[in-house]
Amino acid sequence: MDALFTLAFLIQIARISIPYALPALGATFSERGGVVNIALEGILLVSAFATTAATFVTGSPMFGILCGVCAGILTALLHGVICVTLKADQIVSGIAVNLFAVGITKFSCQLLFNSSSNSARIAGTEQWSFLAAVPVLKNPFLIITGLLVVASHILLFRTKFGLRLRAVGEHPEAADSLGVNVARLRYAGLMMCGGLTGLAGAWLAVDQHSFTDGMSAGRGFIALAAMIIGKWTPLGALCAALLFGFAESLTIQLESASRYLQLVQMTPYVLTMVVLAGFIGRSTAPASVGIPYEKEAI
Amino acid sequence: MRLPRVNFYPLAGPALASAVSFAIGALFILAIGRSPVDVYGMFFSQTFGNSYGIGQVLFRATPLMFTGLAAAISFRGGLFNIGAEGQLTVGAFLTALVGCSGPWIPSGLLMPAALIAGIAGGALWGAIPGFLKARFGAHEVINTIMMNFIGTALVSYLVTNVFLVPATVHTPTIARAAEIPRLDLLTGAFQGAPVNLSLVLALCACYATYIFLWKSRPGYELRATGLSSNAAAYAGIDVARQTVHVLAVSGGLAGLVGSNFVLGYKHYFELGFSENVGFIGIAVALLAKNHPLGIIATSLFFGILGYGSLTINTVVPKELANILEAIMIMFVIVLTRLVDRWMLAVQQRPAA
Repeated sequence: MDALFTLAFLIQIARISIPYALPALGATFSERGGVVNIALEGILLVSAFATTAATFVTGSPMFGILCGVCAGILTALLHGVICVTLKADQIVSGIAVNLFAVGITKFSCQLLFNSSSNSARIAGTEQWSFLAAVPVLKNPFLIITGLLVVASHILLFRTKFGLRLRAVGEHPEAADSLGVNVARLRYAGLMMCGGLTGLAGAWLAVDQHSFTDGMSAGRGFIALAAMIIGKWTPLGALCAALLFGFAESLTIQLESASRYLQLVQMTPYVLTMVVLAGFIGRSTAPASVGIPYEKEAI
Repeated sequence: MRLPRVNFYPLAGPALASAVSFAIGALFILAIGRSPVDVYGMFFSQTFGNSYGIGQVLFRATPLMFTGLAAAISFRGGLFNIGAEGQLTVGAFLTALVGCSGPWIPSGLLMPAALIAGIAGGALWGAIPGFLKARFGAHEVINTIMMNFIGTALVSYLVTNVFLVPATVHTPTIARAAEIPRLDLLTGAFQGAPVNLSLVLALCACYATYIFLWKSRPGYELRATGLSSNAAAYAGIDVARQTVHVLAVSGGLAGLVGSNFVLGYKHYFELGFSENVGFIGIAVALLAKNHPLGIIATSLFFGILGYGSLTINTVVPKELANILEAIMIMFVIVLTRLVDRWMLAVQQRPAA
């Protein structure tokens, strides 16, 4: 067991946790602003594909990652137009965005790579040799994720913007009556969600050096679970993401346990249900999450 | 059989949404340098032009009727069931297991027993989030999503570690007695298409759900709870019990999906067989405005979309269907709301 907890193992946990932590962080912003975003899964897929395609065409993973983040923001905006501006149901919109993501990525993959399920191989971040010297820096996403969590915590709980965003998610009428633009803040929360989830999607693509259909593999929903277990806070989301990452790494590490991998992969979901039922401390959503804001008619 | 009086204005939103989606689909086809007229022509001639195509459409419409009903009945009850995918996976797996257990069950009872196992599996998978909502107030949207993954993981664990036929991803073949006969063997029509008697079961389910919702007391209670749970509670309806019942019935309907694939077509359970029909069922229900008889039409529509996209796959990637399905959902929720508001505004306008 001692040999298990080496630096390499800890880095492995952190690596696996990245695509859970970043979307969970994003969803925290979105939901704190009052918009349910079950489209995380779709955003991951779209941004992973955008990263792959852009890296393949330009040869620059840096540009690819940037495109992935932008694609994530755009996909989140699509969700925003449907359910913030047009005030349609947020859950159904999320389902539609997820279906759209499956379709558009496979459709485009077929056109670009002549296969709807696999892309060509792309360059990763290993070529950035100036980073490779330090083991922790070898993967820049680890540091970036850590910094983003801290920054998110400060933004959400220590700034005027964070206070307003939370107000819009708890009691939009009150925020509106004080002159806060509800729709604009909800869009802001969603775009941050799109950007953070897009970064996670980009990481999936550069880590795997390719795009495969359905490569998000439910991570968007695990991230949603991490957000709930983390009680809608950035630090909580990170802890939950690390917990899931730990469970998964452990299963992969223990050869004999790997046949139970599917059962271990169930734990985030079971844990979420247990937490939601209030068995391990109640986790309460922002009061107005999921409800479109309608200004009262004058 | 008396059909309900149809008021046509509610159909405006869905019709407009479908038209817009096909128009956007045409843009996609243009964008990759093909002619929309040719592609759509091929699409419709392959789906309607011969009895094999029609049979394929009917085969694809069958599971959508079950998942469409599952979504519709939960919407009518004021709940979201996004768990159809998990419910149908558990249901279909149990259907296959019972279908295999030939020696222990009299052969005459094997097929009904397999169907009941499917219903029971789906109902259980729906009832758990229902119970958690009723007892602890845990939101059913999140819990049904979680149950999807738990169901899929559990079934894939069981299939790969316990019930696998080596070198495949499916369970052993079910007994002959459990099979649901194909229509081409029974009637000679739809030669070669896998459409089977499950279609009749699905049509019956649509009609039965209609009778249940509008002609029975539990159905009335379900709709009352959906319209206003406070008013329903005040009228003496046990809302907590309703919550469990609605999701159980919804899950049970989704659990019948296995009849089409497991009992009627492949005769075994295969991992990943469902191809998202659980989620597309939500679109089927929305397009039908949650009306069980409308679901017959909309599931046929989505069946056409599903099979039609396969026929044009050589010129346009078949994933166009997923894109159109998604766009259709987006437009239907936006347009239905706008059309309804507009109608309301027209009705409320002062006479002079």
